[in-house]
Amino acid sequence: MQPAQQVLHDIVLSRSGDHIGWVEKTLAALRAGAPERELHVFLGLAPRRLGKADLNASHEERLAADAARPGWSLEDWSVDGAARVLALLVFQGARPFAETFKDLRRTADAAELIALYRGLPLYPEPETLHFEVGEGLRSNLKPVFEAIAHRNPFPRDHFDEHRWNHMILKALFVDSRLAPIVGLDERANPELARILREYAHERWSAGRKVSPELWRCVGPFAVDDPALADLERALKEGGAAARAAALALSASPHPAARELLRQRPEAEDIASGRLDWQSLEAA
Amino acid sequence: MYIDPHAHMISRTTDDYEAMAAAGIVAVIEPAFWIGQPRTYVGTYVDYLSSIVGWERFRAGQFGIRHYCTVGLNSKEANNEELAEGVMEWLPRFALKEGVVAIGEIGYDEQTALEDRYFRAQLELAKELELPVMVHTPHRDKKRGTTRSMDVIEEIGLDPSMVVIDHNNEETVAETLQRGFWAGFSIYPSTKMGNRRMVELLKQYGGERIIVDSACDWGISDSLGVPKTARLALESGVPEQTVRRVCYANALEVYGKSGQMREEDWLAPPEIDQRTLYAGNSILRGGREPIIGTEAQKRRDDLIIE
Ligand SMILES: [Zn+2]
Repeated sequence: MQPAQQVLHDIVLSRSGDHIGWVEKTLAALRAGAPERELHVFLGLAPRRLGKADLNASHEERLAADAARPGWSLEDWSVDGAARVLALLVFQGARPFAETFKDLRRTADAAELIALYRGLPLYPEPETLHFEVGEGLRSNLKPVFEAIAHRNPFPRDHFDEHRWNHMILKALFVDSRLAPIVGLDERANPELARILREYAHERWSAGRKVSPELWRCVGPFAVDDPALADLERALKEGGAAARAAALALSASPHPAARELLRQRPEAEDIASGRLDWQSLEAA
Repeated sequence: MYIDPHAHMISRTTDDYEAMAAAGIVAVIEPAFWIGQPRTYVGTYVDYLSSIVGWERFRAGQFGIRHYCTVGLNSKEANNEELAEGVMEWLPRFALKEGVVAIGEIGYDEQTALEDRYFRAQLELAKELELPVMVHTPHRDKKRGTTRSMDVIEEIGLDPSMVVIDHNNEETVAETLQRGFWAGFSIYPSTKMGNRRMVELLKQYGGERIIVDSACDWGISDSLGVPKTARLALESGVPEQTVRRVCYANALEVYGKSGQMREEDWLAPPEIDQRTLYAGNSILRGGREPIIGTEAQKRRDDLIIE
């Protein structure tokens, strides 16, 4: 298995085109303890020289990434973003990593912020980055929030329950999908189910739609009558809400849930695998 | 299709963005400037620069408008030496951010020695990084301040074709154009330029190297300064070609020299941008009559808030 930094290094160099000499030379300098200004200039020039195209990772590259860091996906990575993360990993600064990161985050433009947070699964001393990750989660820039929340194993691996639950709730608030969140089922918990049911009640009272994906985190904890009543209500809405409620019922350990599901047309699709959370459409 | 190359959107509301988009504005440039209240810490200035390269750019994108900015230490705050020194240390880092199209707006306010020092230092930075410059000319003692700005720029050795001298009026325009600079005009009620005067200037000078902007900010100003002036000019018989140059093409040409602003940004946004930072469409609005203010009007008339 290749270490993560090596995987990223090979990917970036293979996308560097005519600028491969510049990339190699700068990386060597950063590794040899060049001043931080060199890092800033590289971060500024990366999109100008390497372009901002999608990384379009190959099957082999994806496998190598996931093997190096389980859950690390190259799906939303861009060429300049990958180069930026690599430079930061290679840089041998005098200060602790979290301090360098903070400084870069404070002055970053949106694309830089996205790149910095996409790199989270690769950074050293992850436990020192909690404040920085919190700043990103609080961002009003939805793509920055999603750089942390989506296709990123960092939250699954390092968030406590409180932060995890609030990330899920915020995702719903900003109309973001839940399906791309790594560890969504593993990290589900009774407290989250309670918060989400209350949120659904609020939405219903306001006459607004409830994201069908919400029920995914409720299903396994739908063990009492009020929770089942909520799922019944969603079933009655029909469409994606009903499909989601049916999926949630199939995850509930409660016998009454199985009973409710048995009478539904969705039951067969679930049993046959035609309907699952990945295939469920957004609200 | 219009560009407003001088708009302090950080001080404007979403109604402005909606109205601007509806009126055909596809791109704005936000110059770093004074925000009405002096900053007393370097850190607040740094956060301000971060806002205009990050958040405001995103916000504009959600209304289908592309947002660019210029970074610099403005003339008023150049008089706080401690602040100025700090800001100068951070500026090189911001100058290479995405969408930064110039160093600006810089220049003179009261024409003090400190203003002169930091104006020169920033011109040197623009020269080093090969970036265009946006020059703010002073409200008071305007004619002399404008001439002096151009003298200093020539002395530093910047190419006038890389420099926009903004907030021109009838008294300054001839010299600005004659010396080879771009001449910006801010359609700003009471203190700078009215658009009837602007139309007269267009009739007299044509469209070469003239740029119209709104300079809208936290004061009483009009975010539709550019489209309104365009319409008034067309109705007054100014050729369409001239209007297109002063309300669109000239700004694109000079600020495009930064390499950070291209017509494709709004005509055919890259997919990665559309997915994340820009919620607009790539439909050409050119050739269609601008609909001024309808969105904002609709919002005012609609009683129901949901
Ligand atoms: Zn201004």
